[in-house]
Amino acid sequence: MSTKLRHDAGQALEGLLFDGMSIMSGGFGLCGIPENLIAAIRIAGVKDLTVISNNCGIDDFGLGILLAGGQIRKMISSYVGENRLFEQLYLAGELELEFNPQGTLAERIRAGGAGIPAFFTATGVGTLVAEGKEVRAFEGRNYVMERALTADVAIVKAWKGDCEGNLVYRKTARNFNPVMATAGAVTVAEVEIFVEPGELDKDAIHTPGIFVDRIFQGAAYEKRIERVTTRPRDASETH
Amino acid sequence: MAWSRDEMAARAARELKDGFYVNLGIGIPTLVANFIPRGMTVTLQSENGMLGMGPFPYPGEADPDLINAGKQTITELAGSSYFSSADSFAMIRGGHVALSILGGMQVAQNGDLANWMVPGKMVKGMGGAMDLVAGVGRVVVVMDHVEKSGAPKLLERCSLPLTGVGVVDLLITDLGVFELEGGSETVSLTELAPDATIEEVAAKTQARFSIALK
Repeated sequence: MSTKLRHDAGQALEGLLFDGMSIMSGGFGLCGIPENLIAAIRIAGVKDLTVISNNCGIDDFGLGILLAGGQIRKMISSYVGENRLFEQLYLAGELELEFNPQGTLAERIRAGGAGIPAFFTATGVGTLVAEGKEVRAFEGRNYVMERALTADVAIVKAWKGDCEGNLVYRKTARNFNPVMATAGAVTVAEVEIFVEPGELDKDAIHTPGIFVDRIFQGAAYEKRIERVTTRPRDASETH
Repeated sequence: MAWSRDEMAARAARELKDGFYVNLGIGIPTLVANFIPRGMTVTLQSENGMLGMGPFPYPGEADPDLINAGKQTITELAGSSYFSSADSFAMIRGGHVALSILGGMQVAQNGDLANWMVPGKMVKGMGGAMDLVAGVGRVVVVMDHVEKSGAPKLLERCSLPLTGVGVVDLLITDLGVFELEGGSETVSLTELAPDATIEEVAAKTQARFSIALK
């Protein structure tokens, strides 16, 4: 009997990793990143990776640990400002970087998962992003053609999931995870809470199980916050 | 006196209208949320996947699963919703967001905006800025009138790589307010900060502009 359920991150990635592969990794900043899978890729030591992810973590957490391990050859991202190591590697010519506007990145992945090879968007027309790409006018406005993105493996993180691979995300930890789940040749999901079949509200499932090939409950979650920002309690509100 | 950061944000807040869905950029634009007039309903969109951004949490109540696009911890409101990055940018690129207020490095008299890249320096990336200026109905830029060096930032043509072509509708600086007409070369100075003079603005501006003080 086939099953999607795996024990841990190492087992969930068994047989999937190879040098030179492409990996999509969900998350926005450090929010909703597949912590356990990234750690397992670090341990596996595969190199020359092309990583598709909105950001690249920070120096010692998230995808930053794969940078530190010298495992990433190319990043496809929209913003990498939080990572000093990234800057050093990039300026030393050891890291290739392709910037995509964030919406273009999300739509390229969505298209990849939906079997759409390319699409036209107004985003980036007349900028460096459009250089070398086809531009076509529709109803008097120019649009640039962008190609779909897929990956050998997509790694995503959800809040809850079941053995069917059905996933539910929590708050803004959803971000790129649902689109990336659709665009991996193989998609591996880690969840904070693994639930029994039937526990998830079927009308509220964000990623239907067809998109998920392997699933496991993460051993531990650090869920680090990049910028803890608070407001003072008003005297009138503290009783 | 030139306008302070808060005064620029307060002026930008006057562009809000009841019922608007609005995306605020990082920096001074974030401060605009503090100046939403009482009784006005404005829904803040955060491009990482949330509508109805609430204020920062109280100490000890920060939730790692709840951040804004600047990666700061925030809170939700009764009417908030969460969605994927693809849905978020469908809102932005599909023209469903009424107003985008964002920062700038340079604005040109034809409405071009540069705000993401300085050649020769480490580039952090454009994030969602190119999508916002291309897709949102009205684009308001808030920035200092000149660089720290004193060099003008409102130019005939941007020298930095562009974020969008002919996209800026309104520019608010510490010296005044300028209306632009995307694609044309028309810039009008419509408001002056207290004690700022037309002569000072002219001396610190490279773009051609007309004067239409309200």
